Amino acid sequence: MNPAGFPEQVRRAWVIAKKDIRIYYFKGPVLIFGVFMPLFMFLAFLAGSRQLPLSFLVSGLVGMTLFFSATAVSPAIFPWEGQAKTLERLASCPVTVEAIVFGDMIASILFGIGITIITVIIGLALGLSLLHGITLLTAILLAAFCFSAIGMLLAVPPTNVPSNIMILSSLIKFPLVFISGIFVPLEQMPFLGLVLSVFSPLTYFTDLVRYSFTETHYFPVWIDIAALAVFTIIFTVGTMFLHKRTLPKRM
Amino acid sequence: MNIIEAGHLFKRFGAVTAVNDVGFTVREREIFGFLGPNGAGKTTTTRMLTGVIPPDNGTATILGHDIQSAPVLAKQGFGVVPETSNAYTDLTAWQNLMLMGELYGLPRALAEKRSSDLLGMVGLVERKDQKVQAYSKGMKQRLILTMALIHEPELLFLDEPTSGLDVQSTQMILTLLRDLNQQGTTIFLTTHNMEEANRLCHRVGIIRAGKMVAIDAPEKLKTAIDRVHKIEVSFEREVPGDALAGLEGVIEISHTGDKWQVTTQNKDLTIRSLVTFGQQNGVAIVTLNTIAPSLDDAFLRLTQEAKS
Repeated sequence: MNPAGFPEQVRRAWVIAKKDIRIYYFKGPVLIFGVFMPLFMFLAFLAGSRQLPLSFLVSGLVGMTLFFSATAVSPAIFPWEGQAKTLERLASCPVTVEAIVFGDMIASILFGIGITIITVIIGLALGLSLLHGITLLTAILLAAFCFSAIGMLLAVPPTNVPSNIMILSSLIKFPLVFISGIFVPLEQMPFLGLVLSVFSPLTYFTDLVRYSFTETHYFPVWIDIAALAVFTIIFTVGTMFLHKRTLPKRM
Repeated sequence: MNIIEAGHLFKRFGAVTAVNDVGFTVREREIFGFLGPNGAGKTTTTRMLTGVIPPDNGTATILGHDIQSAPVLAKQGFGVVPETSNAYTDLTAWQNLMLMGELYGLPRALAEKRSSDLLGMVGLVERKDQKVQAYSKGMKQRLILTMALIHEPELLFLDEPTSGLDVQSTQMILTLLRDLNQQGTTIFLTTHNMEEANRLCHRVGIIRAGKMVAIDAPEKLKTAIDRVHKIEVSFEREVPGDALAGLEGVIEISHTGDKWQVTTQNKDLTIRSLVTFGQQNGVAIVTLNTIAPSLDDAFLRLTQEAKS
């Protein structure tokens, strides 16, 4: 066994992910930001937009759920662990910073996928038909990866106060929801909104979810998938690079 | 063989230089005490050695691996007990140990066996399935020590391991460290407890304001700080003070009760003179003690000298 080898570091990242799942999934802020927030936003939107079809609303709910849930766990782990001094424990173990970040991302991805699958089931129970299951599955996997990397990026500022990161996280996440075609279809967006939506990975995911349920989409499917893949790579590489620089400042 | 080789370590936090050109070596199977007052740079140095923070300058080779260029290989061979308790309080002791076992790549069966043995050794078997948040400080510290030992490290870093602990936990930890060292584990112990360092360490390094001011065996450090030494002697009957004052090497004498306190620059020469004096005058020596300064004295002297 080469402890520094890639396979062993991936295995140790999974160990970190299991620890995160055990400890952080049921923390208050994770449940509030990852489960209740998208649910109540959806309900508020449902109550005020009765003229929109159910398929549009559920697609938006799926998009919002994955976005909020996959970015709920990852931003808070580093500040929590920094505060509890367990991050120093991890930093002195034979795991790379990349493995620690990847482990936190895996926990976030699984949380996002788990909660999102529930909303998909709710959609199906409400009578929606799933027309492109493989596309939806691909989109969920890719977007969960991408959003968890965004979550980790939000945790880059080296503060050990989780509430600071949660505030920063909300400041960035909420505007993204409004420009990504969740509440207003891309076709009805003003030009400026449309330009901004191009820079949001949530736009492409929501577009893919709509395609999966209704066969309507704004961008070609391959562009949606390619854009999500590119965002995922950029955010993942970026978050690993930045955390490597800021981790020592948390000690 | 050197287990730790630190060279010219330098670390600055903003305008404050925390560690300034610190270098030393720790030999295999040695207990090395790293002493210094609060804020001297002990924890920063330990964190650089354990790869938790990078030095601004300098190098550290741990178990033959550069901590900067091959951190995982270096970390695989050592265990760390940091200054502050850092077990996962939402997990049980057992879960914490399994987590460490997995992070060090131990097979599950081996991790379970080691965990059972270690928990038995520190008296936590009965509480192994209880969440750590319900543990006392002493119990947490004992658990953290077992977490650092799960992979049978060749080298153990401990930062103030007995700080604030009760006597029972302190004794348990110190006994365990002594046993580990006898079994071959090299120990790097950061402490400001002089008595602990005096009893445990083969050598100690003293850091003051980010700079190393002395490295030596505790006994040598104690004697090295004073150029003059004190010898306390009592004879079976009264002897004239003038005769003692005239002995070779004696600078000063004083008489308290039935004892003479002799100040000398050459301890060996004066002891020989006292013995010869007794023989020549037919007077037996009842007691003869050298009064060495304590490690506390050495520490205070060395750190004050560095300050001035």
